[in-house]
Amino acid sequence: MALIEIEHLSHVYHAGEEGEQTALDDLSLSIERGEFVAVLGSNGSGKSTLAKHLNALLLPTSGACRIDGIDTREEADVWRIRQKVGMVFQNPDNQLIAAVVEDDVAFGPENLGVPSAEIRRRVDEALKAVNMTEFRSYAPHLLSGGQKQRIAIAGTLAMQTEAIVFDEATAMLDPEGRAEILSIVQRLHEEQGITVVYITHFMEEAAAADRILVLDHGRLVMDAPPREVFRHARELRALGLEVPLAVELRDRLRAAGVALPEDLLTPAELVAALSGKGGAASGD
Amino acid sequence: MLSNITIGQYFPGNSLLHRLDPRTKIVVLFALIVALFLFDRPADYLVMSLLTLAFMLLSRVPLRTLLGSLKPLWWILLFTFLIHLCSTPGEEFAHLWVFSLTFEGLAHGFFICLRLVLLLLLSSLLTFTTSPLKLTDALEALLSPLKRIGVPAHELAMMMTIALRFVPTLIEETDKIMKAQQARGADFVTGSIVRRLKNVVPILVPLFISVFRRADDLAMAMEARCYHGGEGRTQMKQLHFLPLDYLAWGGTALLLAVLAALWLL
Repeated sequence: MALIEIEHLSHVYHAGEEGEQTALDDLSLSIERGEFVAVLGSNGSGKSTLAKHLNALLLPTSGACRIDGIDTREEADVWRIRQKVGMVFQNPDNQLIAAVVEDDVAFGPENLGVPSAEIRRRVDEALKAVNMTEFRSYAPHLLSGGQKQRIAIAGTLAMQTEAIVFDEATAMLDPEGRAEILSIVQRLHEEQGITVVYITHFMEEAAAADRILVLDHGRLVMDAPPREVFRHARELRALGLEVPLAVELRDRLRAAGVALPEDLLTPAELVAALSGKGGAASGD
Repeated sequence: MLSNITIGQYFPGNSLLHRLDPRTKIVVLFALIVALFLFDRPADYLVMSLLTLAFMLLSRVPLRTLLGSLKPLWWILLFTFLIHLCSTPGEEFAHLWVFSLTFEGLAHGFFICLRLVLLLLLSSLLTFTTSPLKLTDALEALLSPLKRIGVPAHELAMMMTIALRFVPTLIEETDKIMKAQQARGADFVTGSIVRRLKNVVPILVPLFISVFRRADDLAMAMEARCYHGGEGRTQMKQLHFLPLDYLAWGGTALLLAVLAALWLL
């Protein structure tokens, strides 16, 4: 059984009222345990709405969303679902609750009624996992955006969630903070096997995932590994999305007649392919 | 511009008073305040003054800092003293216009002022030696028996925690808004008071909008982390009474008993 199963999910804001707006339209997909899935889409494509369905912050208007087999509409099970799927939101300032870093990390397990000694152990472990142990007694407002997001990640780790959903968690960060968060997410995914759903509009971040979902107007238009998705650069641009710089360069070089593989993805691959050519050219 | 505002007046340290459990401190403070109002003979005042002095020394908070907390009270003290001086009947030692100044008034005014000073010093000692976070925890613990009669102890504590968390963030934001307005020619420092107040409105409007947006986000984040009120909630940092606390409880009880006995004699 997949960890996250979505079947014919539709979500309509203000259903039956004026200004009715369909955010998700008959969406079906499933995410297995241990996957690292990036979700792409332009503004209004329904990315955030999808994210909020994954831990029952929003409920389907029709269709179903099941987390580990539990339907999110089961009101009695909503705490069990939120214990399985954690969320890191966009604004680093508006998701830390306590006035001291370690108290904030403890907030989740405290809500779950975990015994004090166990909370202490989990908090220490979670702070270590995001390299924030030395900031444990800081006030959140003294931290940088990237550090605040790391605390938010630690907060979900302390709840021992199986999956973490990042709802554009890097959108308000500087490039340094973004790189920091992505590397921590990758490490948690690899070392602890945490399932990651990573909503972003930074293509370089999406390229790091195992699989990319592309949404457009609430519909799933692509679902494939990054290499496959970025092969379709023209379609992506038509959806209002950018492509990673290496892919952009790949396409322009190909258009100019340089022979390059059409699924080339990272700057490193581009460099390797081009320097290989350079070697061949000088050999001529 | 706003960065010099601090919340509370906590003075970090490791004195005996700092180490005392915050619950003990609140209860002892409460008991001493009651004693201050109940027992008002000169000897009682002497005991309470000595006690306060002893606490001030124990707290290791600089005397200047402690006495600084009396500053806002200065005018009230003067006013109280004068009222009592002029309005207490008794042996007159001077006459000023329609007021007769009496020896009794002098004594009465002095003791009332002393009471106010002691009251403020004792309360300040609590806030100087206890971080706002510990105060919040203690308040929740002390109020929790009243949950049964509908006192929202946990909710009050949660409100205080969130307020403590967001005051610095909102100060930063206010600063940012003010700078943005100043960059476009707003003037908050000159002009009549009415004009200055008018200029504050363009700060308050965006600030309020942002506060509500933050509250919305925060509520969602709290829900995502399984917050569902105080029911079934545990705490990582639990308060524990130490031998020192029992000593403080015992000492306070003894003091009250002695004062009460002297009073009845």
